[in-house]
Amino acid sequence: MTPPIGCGEAVRRLWEFLDGGLDAADHLQVEQHLAWCLRCCGEVAFARELRGLLRTRTGITLPDDVRNRMEHFIDELGEETEERSRP
Amino acid sequence: MGPMVGALRPSERAALRQLARNELPRLYALARRLGGVDPEDLVQESLLRACRSFGSLRDLQAGPKWLTTILTNTWRDWLRKDLREPDEVPVEEDGPFSLYRTIEEEDPYPYSDTLHVDVLGAFSEHDVREVLQRVPPRYRVALVLRYIEGYSTTEVAEMLERPPGTVMSQLHRARHRFEREMWDYAGESGLLVGAAAGEGRGQREVGS
Repeated sequence: MTPPIGCGEAVRRLWEFLDGGLDAADHLQVEQHLAWCLRCCGEVAFARELRGLLRTRTGITLPDDVRNRMEHFIDELGEETEERSRP
Repeated sequence: MGPMVGALRPSERAALRQLARNELPRLYALARRLGGVDPEDLVQESLLRACRSFGSLRDLQAGPKWLTTILTNTWRDWLRKDLREPDEVPVEEDGPFSLYRTIEEEDPYPYSDTLHVDVLGAFSEHDVREVLQRVPPRYRVALVLRYIEGYSTTEVAEMLERPPGTVMSQLHRARHRFEREMWDYAGESGLLVGAAAGEGRGQREVGS
């Protein structure tokens, strides 16, 4: 039987818990806490949402003008270095 | 002028260019998310470095991760001073900041049954990007690599050349800082105040 933990400790470990980053004993303590603490269950669901938001709401599209410039740059990539190394 | 380096064979040059073309949108987005520098300059400098060290890439399958590492290191070189600056806000002065509990206590949508979801829903893509840029660079890089790029903590530790334990604690602080910045941003931008006022009840000032 692992010693129980309070909400503060459970919240501190929450993201690591979701990541599977806790060792087995620490993971079990959080699970046991969540079994009776509805508020911390809410925290878990919220942490999941928040991670999703970080992933899905930070989208950045490559602007066409940047793409054009960068593609020209890539077309020349390595060119100069080979020219210079020729005898 | 470009640096003097050994020549790439035509096949290597073609492979590098193809890899760079494929990865361009992702590298540009990564550069913008890391922030604090001109993203186009950062991608260009990173590709030049990639060109110089192409010989160190043994497996083309590992190319995307290899380019991520080069770009992240280039960014770190450019921001070296900012990365060393002490954090002006002690992260855990009063215990870790919990956005969930703050929302619960402040209750910005008094009539909502889905309070927390509604608060997150108030943030547009623009808002989330802005919040991310408010997180100090040394925490931001961990958040970006771990939660946006999706690398494991071990991989992030390798990329940043830090022990995994250090990255874990960096991520821990980064998450709380991100939550705090979300709340402060919501207050400063009036993201939540309008909604509460629209419900005809006394609005609460948040984050002021």
